Amino acid sequence: MSQTDMAANSQRNPPPFPGSEDQDPLSEMADGDSDEGEDIFVGNRNPVAARTESFQPNTANGEEPADLFSEEDSGPAARSSNSPPGYKSSGVHSDDDSDLFAEASMELAGGGPSTAAKPSEAEAGPSPTTRKSTTQPMSMEQLEEDEVKDNFELDVAVTNPEKIGDGMNAYMAYKVSTVTTLPMFRNRTFSVWRRFSDFLGLYEKLSLKHSLNGCIIPPPPEKSVVGMTKVKVGKEDSSSADFVERRRAALERYLQRVVSHPSLLQDPDVREFLERDELPRAVSTQALSGAGFLKMINKASDAVNKMTIKINESDTWFDDKLQEVESEELQLRKLHTVVESLVNHRKELCGNTAVFAKSIAMLGTSEDNTLLADYIRLLGAVRGCFEQRMKAWQRWQESQSTLQKKREAEAKLLWANKPDKLQQAKEEITEWEGKVTQYERDFDRISVTVRKEVLRFEKEKSKDFKSQLVKYLESFLQSQQRLIKFWEAFLPEAKAIA
Amino acid sequence: MMEEDREGLLRVSAHTIRVTEAVRDGDSLTFIVISQKLSGSGEYHVARTHEDFEWLQQCLFSQEEVPGVLGVIFPPLPAKPHLNASTKVLKQLGFLVMGKEWCTYCKALEIYLQQVAANTRLNKNKCLENFLTSSDAPGQQRVRKSIFNRLSQAVEGLRKEGHKDVDDFFQTERDNNFTLTGCSKSATERFLDVVLTEQKLAVACGHLSTCLHLCVEQRDDGTAQAFSQICVKLSEVVDLMKKNFENVAENNLSTLGLGLDLETRYQEAKKEMLYRRTCKLVELETASKNAERAKPIRKAAMDDLKMKSEKEFDQISGVAKQEIARFHSVHVKLLHQALILWCEKQLETAKETSASYSQHLQAFKDLGE
Repeated sequence: MSQTDMAANSQRNPPPFPGSEDQDPLSEMADGDSDEGEDIFVGNRNPVAARTESFQPNTANGEEPADLFSEEDSGPAARSSNSPPGYKSSGVHSDDDSDLFAEASMELAGGGPSTAAKPSEAEAGPSPTTRKSTTQPMSMEQLEEDEVKDNFELDVAVTNPEKIGDGMNAYMAYKVSTVTTLPMFRNRTFSVWRRFSDFLGLYEKLSLKHSLNGCIIPPPPEKSVVGMTKVKVGKEDSSSADFVERRRAALERYLQRVVSHPSLLQDPDVREFLERDELPRAVSTQALSGAGFLKMINKASDAVNKMTIKINESDTWFDDKLQEVESEELQLRKLHTVVESLVNHRKELCGNTAVFAKSIAMLGTSEDNTLLADYIRLLGAVRGCFEQRMKAWQRWQESQSTLQKKREAEAKLLWANKPDKLQQAKEEITEWEGKVTQYERDFDRISVTVRKEVLRFEKEKSKDFKSQLVKYLESFLQSQQRLIKFWEAFLPEAKAIA
Repeated sequence: MMEEDREGLLRVSAHTIRVTEAVRDGDSLTFIVISQKLSGSGEYHVARTHEDFEWLQQCLFSQEEVPGVLGVIFPPLPAKPHLNASTKVLKQLGFLVMGKEWCTYCKALEIYLQQVAANTRLNKNKCLENFLTSSDAPGQQRVRKSIFNRLSQAVEGLRKEGHKDVDDFFQTERDNNFTLTGCSKSATERFLDVVLTEQKLAVACGHLSTCLHLCVEQRDDGTAQAFSQICVKLSEVVDLMKKNFENVAENNLSTLGLGLDLETRYQEAKKEMLYRRTCKLVELETASKNAERAKPIRKAAMDDLKMKSEKEFDQISGVAKQEIARFHSVHVKLLHQALILWCEKQLETAKETSASYSQHLQAFKDLGE
């Protein structure tokens, strides 16, 4: 699937160890490991503790690690001939030299793509386009390959988080880049800068318009006061860089889900989001923190459950599906908790091994923007769309009963022989008959949509998980192989002591 | 004298001593000690408890007849293994109690015995011979009182430890030792944390694996099947990760962990030796002062005392110098070996894991294609 491939192409590197060059290979461990894989469990990351003790391979081998991994080094465009074409996804990383973290800190605080290491990150200019054009043939190839499966003509990526402004009014801006062949867009490749509230605003608009139809609207990543405050304050440590990276990845996944939904893609708001240079500030995004979102869904489902008129399902498919969705949500939550504990242990391990500079250094994080979390929220959205259907059914039923009442009223009037009121009653009956028909049609339409949506969701889910896991496993394998090389390099050294 | 020497010679070749297993006997552990006869004609098999080892150590401490014995760096005996102890106690014992089936602890005992047997000032002791060859447990025998008056040393310890040395060589040694002891202790503790965390990771992986199994869906249709397959496969991979962590932790503790622990204890042993010498130095200096200030009646006696002190001190210093030289090569060698073994084992584990991951990855890619 080209979209996830494109995501794979965006090389993301966590800020590596300061100082020692051998930490370069360590940072490379996260290379093939796109953030998605990392998010599920724990990707391979470096602890960015300011430790000076680290394993130093001798000079003979010292070059090796850098060479071994230089082709995987997704450097800035300056070295793009070496690296696989891809978006330089995160402004906080570059792999030029060992003092990478310092550079990364500068980028966070400086707020501009001004460092020499990222010449191609200039906002306007031909270089982004040239870089993206190198991805185009790649994605075209992918498209041809995947023709049987899917036919996406639009790829989107979220890259280059940059801090704009200072102090508590600062915010992170993300570059949203699109490559497309769809005629409804003005250009084939273009990019805009968006901030987090813009994404939330998009969700709100889509939700207002489409949820009534029973569509599953992908929910956006969660807000985080703590994470953002750290970034705003300019705290240049691993946790804030980490937070930004996770948010970037989550936003990218969110957008990819939105554009891969055939009806949502047609929405002018989505187009505007991708294309328009300046978006009006979305202000009413208060309700969309993670906890808030869940509360909203739960309230809705409680309300539905309290309805005394039980829907008489002639089609048991919906009942079964709803149950499945609920149990799946429980399972994913459980999984999520366990993964979180694994992640915390790894954080501990990373802290403890930092002194020994072991090559396995995995950094976990407590932020909630992982693939699993995504799916938990998505399932909430799925439940939401089931509820929409319920509401539609209710409307229909209510209209039917109103019609019934009107007919009774008419009958009474007939009997009481009041011709003028009779006329009005007849008019009302016609009106309500119309409404009944319309609501019935609405209900049928929603049912069809919900069904389609859920099936699509399941297919996507399978594919999504599978591709993320493949990526994760590949990165794991890579890290193991690097580990082997590490040990192989160390062995003769150890023997040579004394 | 020749005969005595021959008699004093250990009938066992030092480097063949093995402590092979620990048998759990209620609340105590019994260790099987095997050693090869020097004459090459067979083996000695004995069963010993920790009390027996302690008895041996006490014997060694109470060798008054060996001149300058205070200058010997006594190989450190691992602390008593508590079987059902609290976590705090276990943590103090550190690496030694963590290995599978007490194998790390056995290795530590083995090294202890080998070092004792290799030390020419210690291996002539009948007790060692007894320990290694006699089928009776020696632990019940009474031991002569140790010549180390530990109690008084402990009380006056703080004063004497900082006492300036008359000899530069020893002063340097004392200073270095002080630093090294601190460093190796902290290194051991950090490494212990690493290993404990790896073990925790292994457990967490196990949980994750189980949880994934629960995600398997009951339905029969294609997409559900695909998702279930993914979960099952992933669960296998996580299992693999778990085993990897367990192996890595095991490798860590059985090689470098043991090495570091040994290093720490050896540095402590050296510290104790240097301290004993320092105490003797203080004694000597006090005796000298007394001899100077003594009234004529007592002068002769004081002088005698001083001479005796001086002689002992010189002996100790002489022995100490030799021991230090020997110690240096021994402990470096031990740590070096540990380091190499660590590296080799980790390399092996990494290769195995990598091969398994490869297989799983391939299987995963083939899923539902």
